[in-house]
Formats: sequence, C-alpha cells, structure tokens
Amino acid sequence: MQRREFLQVLGAGLTLAVLPELTLAYSADPAHYGRLLVLVELKGGNDGLNTVIPYASPDYARLRPSLAIARDQVLTLSERAGFHPSLSALMPMWQDGELALVEGVGYPEPNLSHFRSIEIWDTASASDQVLQTGWLSRQFRRAPLSGQFAADGVVLASQTLGPFEGGARVVVLNDPAAFAREAKLASDMGSGNAPGALAHILKVEGDIRHAAEGLAGNGMAAMTAKHDPNSAEAQGKIPPPPGAFGKAIKTLTDTLARGSQVAVARLTQTGFDTHGGQLATQGRLLKELAEGLASLRSSLQAQGRWQDTLVMSYAEFGRRPRQNGNNGTDHGTANVHFVAGGQVKGGFYGKAPELAGISDGNLDYGVDFRQLYATALGPWWGQDAAAVLGGHFAPVPLLRA
Amino acid sequence: MTRLRLVLALCALLPALAQAAGIGEDGARLLLTRTGFGANPAKIAELAPLSRAQAVDRVLANPRTEPLTPPPGWVMQPIELPRYAQLPEDQKKALRQQENQRSLELKGWWLGEMRATDSPISEKMTLFWHNHFVSGLDKVNSPELMARQNLLLRREALGNFGTLLHEIAHDPAMMRYLDTANNRKGQPNENFAREVMELFTLGEGHYSEQDIREAARAFTGWGMQPGSGDFVNRPRLHDDGIKTVFGQSGNYDGDQVLGLLLQRPDTARFVTTKLWRYLVSPTPDPRSVDRLAAGFYDSGYQIKPLVRALLMTDAFWKSGGQLVKSPVELTVGTLVTFDLTPADYRPLALFNRNLGQDLFSPPNVKGWPGGDDWINSATLLARKQFLARLSGGGINLPSGGPAMLPVATGLDDPSQKATERRLTRLNLDTADWAERYHVDSVHRASHLLLPVKPASPPQAGDAGEVVRELLLDAAYQVD
Repeated sequence: MQRREFLQVLGAGLTLAVLPELTLAYSADPAHYGRLLVLVELKGGNDGLNTVIPYASPDYARLRPSLAIARDQVLTLSERAGFHPSLSALMPMWQDGELALVEGVGYPEPNLSHFRSIEIWDTASASDQVLQTGWLSRQFRRAPLSGQFAADGVVLASQTLGPFEGGARVVVLNDPAAFAREAKLASDMGSGNAPGALAHILKVEGDIRHAAEGLAGNGMAAMTAKHDPNSAEAQGKIPPPPGAFGKAIKTLTDTLARGSQVAVARLTQTGFDTHGGQLATQGRLLKELAEGLASLRSSLQAQGRWQDTLVMSYAEFGRRPRQNGNNGTDHGTANVHFVAGGQVKGGFYGKAPELAGISDGNLDYGVDFRQLYATALGPWWGQDAAAVLGGHFAPVPLLRA
Repeated sequence: MTRLRLVLALCALLPALAQAAGIGEDGARLLLTRTGFGANPAKIAELAPLSRAQAVDRVLANPRTEPLTPPPGWVMQPIELPRYAQLPEDQKKALRQQENQRSLELKGWWLGEMRATDSPISEKMTLFWHNHFVSGLDKVNSPELMARQNLLLRREALGNFGTLLHEIAHDPAMMRYLDTANNRKGQPNENFAREVMELFTLGEGHYSEQDIREAARAFTGWGMQPGSGDFVNRPRLHDDGIKTVFGQSGNYDGDQVLGLLLQRPDTARFVTTKLWRYLVSPTPDPRSVDRLAAGFYDSGYQIKPLVRALLMTDAFWKSGGQLVKSPVELTVGTLVTFDLTPADYRPLALFNRNLGQDLFSPPNVKGWPGGDDWINSATLLARKQFLARLSGGGINLPSGGPAMLPVATGLDDPSQKATERRLTRLNLDTADWAERYHVDSVHRASHLLLPVKPASPPQAGDAGEVVRELLLDAAYQVD
C-alpha cells in the first residue's frame, strides 16, 4: 500500500491496533448480550440516494431525470436532505431523536458484485481478503453466550446465514410454533468425527435441540420476561406491519414477547436490486421497511425492551448516482444506513453524498462498514471489536453516553 | 522379501480387480444418485456388475433433448404477453391468477418429468443449467417464457456450452430477468453484462468494471417484440462505437462479446469447477480441474464429454457422502428409490419451496447456493417432517383440480395449510419395499439407501422399521 492511500484510509476511520495486549484485558469482561442487536439486510442493494434524498443538490435532479423525487414530495429532515415519502412511518422515530442516518457507508476498493460484496460485509473482510466465517460467528466463538440463551441468533425471512455463517448457533425461524412442534425430529448425536457434509447436518440438529425449549417460550426465560400481558401489543393495539418484512417483524416481536433470549436477530428484506422500473418497487419496499421498523419500536417499547435494542440496516452496496435507461439504477458503492434504538442519538452521521462532478462514477465512502460493527461490538456489547474485525475501527459515536 | 513383494503387487492389483468385477451396489448407488434422482434397487442391480466405464456410458447413452412427459398444453401455444399497464384492474387480476396457476402447473410438470424420465441425466443437467443461467418467475412474470427457457436448457443440456450461451442470451425470459429486453444506446443497463461475466462464464475476479461497462454498450439495441416476446435487434438503439473489452477493441455487438468470453480459458475452468461441485464434491481438485477444463476448451465446449470425464475421475468414485442432497434430490429421489408416483406433483412443488428450492424461482441470479446452505434449522426440520410423514402414515395430496390449489403463497402461508387438509394420500410403506427388494438386514438396507454409515445405526429388527429409521438418519440427507 502506498503511503498516501494509507493516510486516506486512516482518515476514514481505520487505525491500527497498536496494543494487542489490550485484547486480553477486554476478553475477561462480561458481555452485555442482554442488549439485543437487530440487523436488517436490504438485499439487492437499496438505492440510498432515493432513500435519504439530497434534495438541495442540483446534481441530484441532473443525475436522476426520471427517478428524482420531487422536492415537494420529500419529507424534509434538514436543509439539504429528506426522506423518501414512503418512509413517513419513520418520522416519529426521527423526531424523537432515536434514529441515526449514517451516510457514505462503504469500504475501500469496492466490489460491485452482489455476491462478493455481501460476502465482504458478512465476513467483515477487506475487499481483497477472503474469510471463511461471519463476523458474528467469530464474536460468539470468542465470547460465547451463557446457556440461558436459546441461540446466538435468529434468522428471519431468509435462508442464508450471512454473518452467522461458520459456527454460530443460529435458528432460521419461519414459524415458531411449527419449530417447537417439529424439533423432536432432530437427533442429538453430536457432530463428533462425522465427515464434512454430515458434520454440518449433525451440528444443525444439535442447535435445534438446544434452541427448541428456549424458543417455545415455556422455559425459565418466559418466567423472567418483561412482557406485560396488559401491554398495547398484547391487547392488539399495534396493527401488524405489511408485507413479508412486516411478517418477519411480527414473528420476531412475538418470539421476544414469549421471553425467548437471543443476542441477535437478522431480518432480510429482498427486492432492492432495481435495475429497472425503480420508482414503484422501491416505494413499496421502503414503505414496508418503515412501517415494519415503526412497528418493531412500538412492540419493543411495549415489552420494555426498546432501550436495550439496537437496530442497524446493511446492504451489499448502494446504487449508481446516475440512473440507467430503464428508469432504474445499476450497482454502486457507498450507501446510507439506519441505526435506531432507545439509546441511539438521532441525527446525521458519516459523509453526505458529493454529487457535483459525478457523471458515470460512484460515490466515495466516508464510514467503513466495519465501524458500524465496531459500534455494536464495542460500545453496545462491551466487547473487543478489534479482535473480531482484525483491526481497530473507530465506533460511530451514535449512542447516548 | 520375494513373498512381501508378491503381496504388495497383489495389493496394488486389488482395486483393479474390484473394478473389473464391477462397480458394485455402492458404486451403482453413487452413480445413480449423482446423475439422476435417487437410486432404485432395480437400477442398482442393473449397474452393479458393470465396470466404471460401462456404467458411465450407460447412464450417458442417448440423453433426451425433449421431455418424456408432454408439457402443459399452454406451453406451445403462441405467446401473447399481456400489456399490464393498459389493462383494467379486474383483467389484470384475472391474468395474474392465471399466471400463478400456470407457474405451479409448470413446477409440478417438471418434478413429474424428473420422476418419470428414462434419461435422468438430462433432467439433472437441465437443473444444473437452470441454476447456472438463472432466470426466475419473480421477475420474468411469465410461466410461458420460463417454460420455453426450460425446453431450451434441456435441448442443449449435454450439448454445446457455447451454443447454449448464445441462445440463452437471446432467450426472452433471460432478457427480461437481466434487463436486456430494453437496452439502449447512451443509457446502457449493466445487469446482463455483469452477470454474464461473473456468473455465466468467467467468474468473479476475471474481468474489470471497465470490461462490464464496455460490454454493456455492445448489448444495446437488443430487445423483445411486444406481444410475442421474440428477440429483436434494433440497430438504431445500438451503440456502434468502438468498445474495448479485455484489451481488445472493435465495434462489437452482443454476440461478439459472448464470443470473446468463450475465447477465454477462464470460462472453461469456471464451468468445470462448478460442474465438479454439482456432480463430484464441494472440494474440486485444482489439477484435475485444469486438465478437464483444458479438454472442455479444446473440444469447443462439448458438455457430454466433460460430464463423462468428471464421472471417470477417481475422486468421483471416492466421493460418497460428500454432497448434501438438494430438496429436489431428496423429494424426487425418494419417490424414485421407493417406486412412488403421485397423481399430482403440484403439492410436491410446494413442499420443495418450503425446503428452500422453489423451481423456476431461484432466490437470485446466482441461484441456489447449495451444499451446506441447503441445511439450516428450518429446512432440516421440514425435510425430516416430510420423510417422517411419508413413511409414517403418508402425506396428503390434493384431490381437487387446479382450482383447489393455493397459488403464490408465502413460505408458510396459512392458505397452504388449508390445502394440506384436503389431500389424498402419498404413502411410503417401508415394510412392503423391504420385502419387494429382499432387504433383509440393516447392512443391506444401509447400502441401498445411504452413502455412508448411519449416524445412529438402527437395531436389527422389523425391516420396515429399520428402513424408516434410516430414512430419518442424518446420513440420508447426503449423497
């Protein structure tokens, strides 16, 4: 690496872990896994420029002749940017100062393949580095959860494990009741010395057996839950959010309401790869997203858990500033992401998009995505982020002190 | 010393002798499951005495290029793609409903063909290409176009990769799926140009972003006829400037760019590696792949000789248990193995969707990742539940016509549960099967059904119960 590039990277938040012995001191700390992390994957690469819209920039309309959202439609957040109108359900969260918008999230030498780029995000690797394990699997191997947790994580609305790949104890939850019913079909052989493919199957069977009781909600966990049967949610005052994403949100909040303990929930919303006809598709998806997140907040407030919840969105990349000929956008780089929670200090963070001078090119990033992970690992969970991320990444200061 | 030498020489000869004596039941089971779906004991008995080469040539002989089961009647009718934007709401709704019905019919038809065909390798390879040249109903929105793409994939499934690449690029379903359907000069859409390099030919890391941008310009001017959906070239929308792809410059059109991709040995290596993972193991041996890929390239991309060469590697014959069964391999394979023939395959299509493999609707352009990714807590339980119900009283199948079936339901939509209640029965009588094929020991049952030892070996006892335990063993999930 040339020195100049190195300094640019430093400016973007990367510094070297100069005192590796600190790792040892850290690892003895108890983890705050009671604080829930909710990851929301916007699969396909959401178009950030039509999500948090830089309406004040004349270049926005220049680059988006048919895709630009009209100024009077934009929900104003600041003197330069505002929400897509479909995000109106997020306004209360924003106004209450519990929603951070982190702009310009990306990484050096961006890869524009969906599959390689999401692998980079899921494994928290550098662009030219191939890692075999997801960043959460590494964290839970370093500092395992106590036995009262049903699983390290639950996966909703997706069949891929993403950041849990390679070891984490994870349960894919479509229908919790069916899961509880069928879990006895799993044997508890232990994966011992079985050959490759078989070892994986036996490991999953073990995870199922372990998770079954916790997720069924009739174990010790249910008795210590903060769930109040008189809550707004229990009385049916919170309407179910729309779409497949809404259904995943509902499954999650129901599962948590039964007192099930997990450290992470990962929800996936698909369909953001809008190469053509973007306006209608993205409008629908953003509405589902916003209403789903608003519902998550209401439900967790009712459960008394919102203060202990951190929600973070992510995606493989953003989209090209200049639209293509099909009223769509091609693959891009840096993107805006949402971070929400009862302890989040709302507002803008990161690097606002600089559209001036862009023709066919892509945006520069200002926040390395691993800084978001470091925020969750470090300030949120009290863990040694550097040990998991392979270097020091400065947390984004978006949590209340 | 002399005696020792003799013993050593005999030892060296043993594998050759074993081979001369035939591939045996284990070899036959392996070959059948890898080149088709499941392994019926009658077929195992047929292949067991053959040598490797004889058995491989037998399964590859005269592969079908057309399905045995006629596709649904609407498949060959002239296509009239609806112009949704111009239609009133009620007509749109009726058309969408028809689209959903036909989609499910199509999925059921293909599963039925996989079960019925006398050329399992054709279906196995058609499924491979479906997961390579991916298109999906979710974006194509036309079961008619997806059905024709399926016929194209089968026609060239063991034919020529170059021919297939050119034809798939012009295929209307693909053009819709990757946005070549409307690609114009000055505003090129990069979707197809990117995926054709990353996923169809070269593989990630073997091209630059600049190559993609330039190639996207070459594909401008391609389009589809409104109504019929047929490919059309629109020269006025084509960017006829000079493009530079892989350092070569010219006034390329789309087909010439495809030609450039085929000229690169990376393409042969990429396809060979992927086929190794599909037929042999998740860990391709780089040296063998290089050798096989060179042969593939030199043959001008002939597919059948490549498949034959893969099946003739030593690695193949030692690979039992290394592949996780895909949902379709599990479900159709179980039907084949146990001589079960449902009257209607549409419910099986819904089962497969629950297991993570919704035919004609792969999750994205990279297809189903496969391997270990088939198995997570939800899909493993759904697999076991399928097998437990099938062998423990039977699985219900709908008795009604298309109107009785739910359409376009979510992963665990309540309407689907409603269907299951209206079902007639698909029942696997394990005791009957054991008797039919003289399966009289745990040992023999294991060898017919599993590629490796069971994770929890059943106690000897009632033959039907032994078979049922083996079905529910973790080892039944691998091939």
